[in-house]
Amino acid sequence: MLYKSLSSFPVFEVERDYDKCIVCGCCVQQCTFDATYYLPYAKKVITDEHKCVGCKRCEAMCPTGAIKVRAVTNEFKHNAYWDARTIRDIYKQADQGGVILTGGGNDRRFRVYWDHLLIDACQVTNPSIDPLREPMELRTFLGRKPDALEVEYNEKGEPELKTKIAPNLVAEIPVIFAPMSYGALNLNMHKAMAAAADAMGTYWNTGEGSLHRDLYKYGHCTIVQVASGRFGVSAEYLKVAAAAEIKIGQGAKPGIGGHLPGEKVDEEISKTRMIPVGTDALSPAPHHDIYSIEDLRQLIYAIKEATNYEKPVSVKIAAVHNVAAIASGIARAGADIIVLDGFRGGTGASPAIVRDYVGIPVEIAVAVVDQRLREEGIRNWVSIIAAGGIRNSADVIKAIALGADAVYIGTSALLAVGCTLCHKCYTGRCAWGITTNDPHIAKRLNPDIAAERLINLLKGWAHEMKEMLGLMGINAIESLKGNRLRLRAIGLTKEEMDILGVLPAGEGI
Amino acid sequence: MNARIKRVYPIEENCMGCRLCEVACAIEHSEFKDPLMAFFNGRPQSFTTVEVNGATTFSLNCRHCDEPYCVEACITGAMHKEPDGRVIVYEDICVGCFMCVVSCPWGAVNPKEGAKKAAKCDLCPDRELPACVQACPNRALVFDTTEGLIFELPEEEEEPFVEG
Repeated sequence: MLYKSLSSFPVFEVERDYDKCIVCGCCVQQCTFDATYYLPYAKKVITDEHKCVGCKRCEAMCPTGAIKVRAVTNEFKHNAYWDARTIRDIYKQADQGGVILTGGGNDRRFRVYWDHLLIDACQVTNPSIDPLREPMELRTFLGRKPDALEVEYNEKGEPELKTKIAPNLVAEIPVIFAPMSYGALNLNMHKAMAAAADAMGTYWNTGEGSLHRDLYKYGHCTIVQVASGRFGVSAEYLKVAAAAEIKIGQGAKPGIGGHLPGEKVDEEISKTRMIPVGTDALSPAPHHDIYSIEDLRQLIYAIKEATNYEKPVSVKIAAVHNVAAIASGIARAGADIIVLDGFRGGTGASPAIVRDYVGIPVEIAVAVVDQRLREEGIRNWVSIIAAGGIRNSADVIKAIALGADAVYIGTSALLAVGCTLCHKCYTGRCAWGITTNDPHIAKRLNPDIAAERLINLLKGWAHEMKEMLGLMGINAIESLKGNRLRLRAIGLTKEEMDILGVLPAGEGI
Repeated sequence: MNARIKRVYPIEENCMGCRLCEVACAIEHSEFKDPLMAFFNGRPQSFTTVEVNGATTFSLNCRHCDEPYCVEACITGAMHKEPDGRVIVYEDICVGCFMCVVSCPWGAVNPKEGAKKAAKCDLCPDRELPACVQACPNRALVFDTTEGLIFELPEEEEEPFVEG
């Protein structure tokens, strides 16, 4: 506290009720940021609030409920323009002269389009369906669909499909775990996501940090990523997976590469990523072999060649201003799935300024891409996955009604296993054991418990989605796809509604 | 022995060293059974200990051995192997010689706080699950009720008895 910069004011205050504190030392042991310590002579536990990141681990673990962590109440003098965060950021940069790093997703006050969309329901003239009594299908096929089906009759006169169907992923629920790399997350979280995806009949994505050998058994429910760093990409890696994904961009940091600090690259990560122990894992901002749609096509077909045309290839891009034209190019380059990652998407580490102000919302990106591909008559060539800030099952339903085929959930999955969005992922000291590779702290995430929680989350969402489909009188999620007439906008401008392709609330068909 | 032997097993990979098992044990075995009362007005004593060595942590408590050294060492018969497999202390007979404390290879028997008696894990007879197992937030303690020995005790050479 003594040797700090004069302008570093604490962000959180930790209120400890000494009438309840039994000095068990749990909070001291659990704080990974050395903010809590024990004073032996006073037999008291106290907090250095300058080090507190507000992760609430101590609050959650305290057996007597003696701790409350809250944002400081003695903020700076109120100022509607120069808010506390802006002031702090300027102080920090004046102290250190660097880029302000952060983790997690965009937490700024931009319009959340999900919250301006309302879902339709059936009344009187069109019956709703009770999902508890009647079958309701959430199964989704992801991949290229044929332009038309040709049927021929065999010698017995039975019809047979002549069209060759391209390989598709079959997800029992249109919710897939988003790409988060081994390195950014630890192996326990990867194990949990893999087990949960396997149990729920959906998929999980490795992220750019390759797939640990122990998880090859989950290959059938794994989407493997090929990013600009090409970490751990091998023929075996591509073959073991259900699908391969080329990562061009990430919603939290469009146009920026990745950087896993060398300290985090331990023996196992080194083996998995195929880089030496202790070296920085740098993902370049662009793929150095992709400068055009034609180059992208080459990589897509290189992967298809390597996997014998048996697996769909996905291309993930950040949602940026020209997303519709880019997506059209990707579809024409031969991709089977396009992932659109909106600006609310999370990250393990990104400059805060990029995370907060680059990219566009996924709601808009999905709407414009779907519209463009329909207009060009190539919507069936690709499936669209919406990623970046999917918070609940209603967001999933709205994304699908806007034109997505499925969604990725990253932040929601992390929240399910304990994350409190303190946005300190980049420090590698995650107190909840999620984004750390410290062997001791990583033990806090029991893969069995985490998998159960992820399964519970998906089950809950599946129930809710079935309810919502039922009330719309639909019995299969595929029937909702791109059905924007089942959405109405509230509180949006004419231009926004035109871009989203939805009518204002109150306007019938 | 054919009885079902119940034991609490630590799982080292899951133990994060938070010591909530110790807190729960101390509360359960206090006279009040309330966390605040136990710690402020009672004599909290935990029968499980979290051993820490770098990243390796686990909670160690009584193994309820099949052939317990503490029972063998007890001069009054206060330390007793129950038919259900538990090893418990009958405090009214215990004279506090602490031979059991000395003989336990796990360090799981300790002098009782504020009394000249031995104290150890009793597997929480009043509870469905021992308090430490229920309190563990990361499933690093499991209550195992399988039969038979899982851990072999170290063989010790018997010293010849010399008279006089």
